Amino acid sequence: MVGTGAVGSLFAANLALLDDVEVWAFDLAQAHVDAINRDGLRLSGAGEVVGRPHATSDAAELPPCDFGILATKAMHTESAIAATAHAFADGYVATVQNGLGNEETLAGHVERVIRGTTFPAGRLLEPGHVQWDVKGDTTFGPYDDRTPLAEAERLADACTRAGMPAKAVSDARGPQWRKVVFNASTNPIGALTGLTHGRVCERLDLRALVTGLVDEGKAVAVAQGIELDADPEELIDHAARKDVAYDHKASMLQDVEARRQTEIDYLNGGIVRFGCEYGVATPLNAAIQALVKGVEASWTQS
Amino acid sequence: MTKVVVAGAGSIGSLLAAHLAQVADVTVLTRREEHAAALRERGLRVSGRSDFTASLGATSDPGELPADADLTILACKGTDLVPLAASLEGTLPQATVMTIQNGLGAEDIVAAYGEWPLLSAVTFMSGTRHGDAHVEYVLDTATWIGPYRGTTEEDAKRAAELIEASGLKAEAFPDLRPAQWSKLIFNATVNGVAALTNLPHDFHFAQTNDLADLGFLVRDLVDEGKAVATVAGVELHDDPWEMNVVATQRGHRHFPSMLEDVEAKRPTELELINGALVREAERLAVGVPLQTAVYRLVKAREASYSE
Repeated sequence: MVGTGAVGSLFAANLALLDDVEVWAFDLAQAHVDAINRDGLRLSGAGEVVGRPHATSDAAELPPCDFGILATKAMHTESAIAATAHAFADGYVATVQNGLGNEETLAGHVERVIRGTTFPAGRLLEPGHVQWDVKGDTTFGPYDDRTPLAEAERLADACTRAGMPAKAVSDARGPQWRKVVFNASTNPIGALTGLTHGRVCERLDLRALVTGLVDEGKAVAVAQGIELDADPEELIDHAARKDVAYDHKASMLQDVEARRQTEIDYLNGGIVRFGCEYGVATPLNAAIQALVKGVEASWTQS
Repeated sequence: MTKVVVAGAGSIGSLLAAHLAQVADVTVLTRREEHAAALRERGLRVSGRSDFTASLGATSDPGELPADADLTILACKGTDLVPLAASLEGTLPQATVMTIQNGLGAEDIVAAYGEWPLLSAVTFMSGTRHGDAHVEYVLDTATWIGPYRGTTEEDAKRAAELIEASGLKAEAFPDLRPAQWSKLIFNATVNGVAALTNLPHDFHFAQTNDLADLGFLVRDLVDEGKAVATVAGVELHDDPWEMNVVATQRGHRHFPSMLEDVEAKRPTELELINGALVREAERLAVGVPLQTAVYRLVKAREASYSE
């Protein structure tokens, strides 16, 4: 596991329960690493788990591995894989990160890459302890023909046996784009307005803006021959229900409130980038990207 | 001596009132009586580009305004214009009324409350209030005036001359719309982006190095506004993009009022500025998707105050 924030910890702790899997957790947060080595990696909430992966903040300690799973924030992909690539010289590296472009970055450092999209969520409570908020599925698929589907299946099988349901498909771009379009069309709107997901959706004019963003994202997916595995519009409306995620503050809104760099370049920025490549105009996604980057720039003003 | 009423004593109203009091008989209408009392007792001090203390009349009661006033300048914030105009209904029978609010539509709001001859104005000067009886004169750029209802360019000239004589800069135009629209597009763009990003109007707004730089968005927003102006038959007095570039090169970081408003969780002038532009675009069937997005986002940000 490269990166054991909330999502990385869910994978690391659960996979460490399997007898036939040895898990190494690489993370730069020394306190988190020390706590894992001392007390194990504890999950609470949707599942009560204590896994005992080997944890280290020193990439040189990583042994050769069959699989790597990248779970850092997207802006740290480059430095994380640059530091750990040696461990995957004969293995496969999967990403379960948000956004677009992570696979391309990984492929710049390792031979065999697995595209992945994951829906479980959590948050770090304290070093060595993660709150598991939501269970969810993961989809893996080969990034290119250097990765056989059977290897993605082997990884999915291990995750499923560990309590993290996963499946492998030959083209995993559908779920990836479904999630990216959902996130790019809702997260920054919450971040720019301060509204929860439900309140964004109940304002009809704002909901129409969300639809404008969704339509651009879908058009870029279609231009690449990607078939979304579900309609983001339905997922957005479903999430807006009072009994689902009406009161949810988008992670990007939480980032903005805490003045943490956001993943905007990999969400809306990714859609814009692929749109340029495939000749699809994405003016609304470009506008939203520029605005959120403006918010980030405001933090460095005196 | 010309009798002038200045209604609203924020920074613009205070700058006008204090300067005009040098050449005219000025009465200020305030919302708070305590503010009027401070002005009556202490006068109104101006610092910065001017340095003097003006003595002037002040009241918070529209009924006490001089019935023979010649010129009334409504200098309140756009969000306060309806209650202000309503409070003046039936008063100031001899006055020409001049609006100076940002955006579009202030004149029509006022027109609904009386038969006064109306002048339109936009101002580019700025100031900072330091309490009820002290205003700092910051930017000494001009106020532009044009006829609106029942007035001619001559009336606009007389008002401009009076303001010039008082030590401020002013210019009259036969038709104010070219200037008004330049400022409308500039404000809708810059104030909207500032209110969403929390950035003061600084170099970011003109930056066009990387594709995701804010300057590209600002230019696209300006271009949408220009397209609306063209269809409306308005030939802009200034290019709003150039206004933006020049303002960001001035070297001091201006905090647009809309940004100050959202930070203080106050209602903004969004409807008179961005709302007016988007509604004009709709009326004229010009697509303005980005201006529409900014308008909806700021409106939603205002709604989040109650979160």
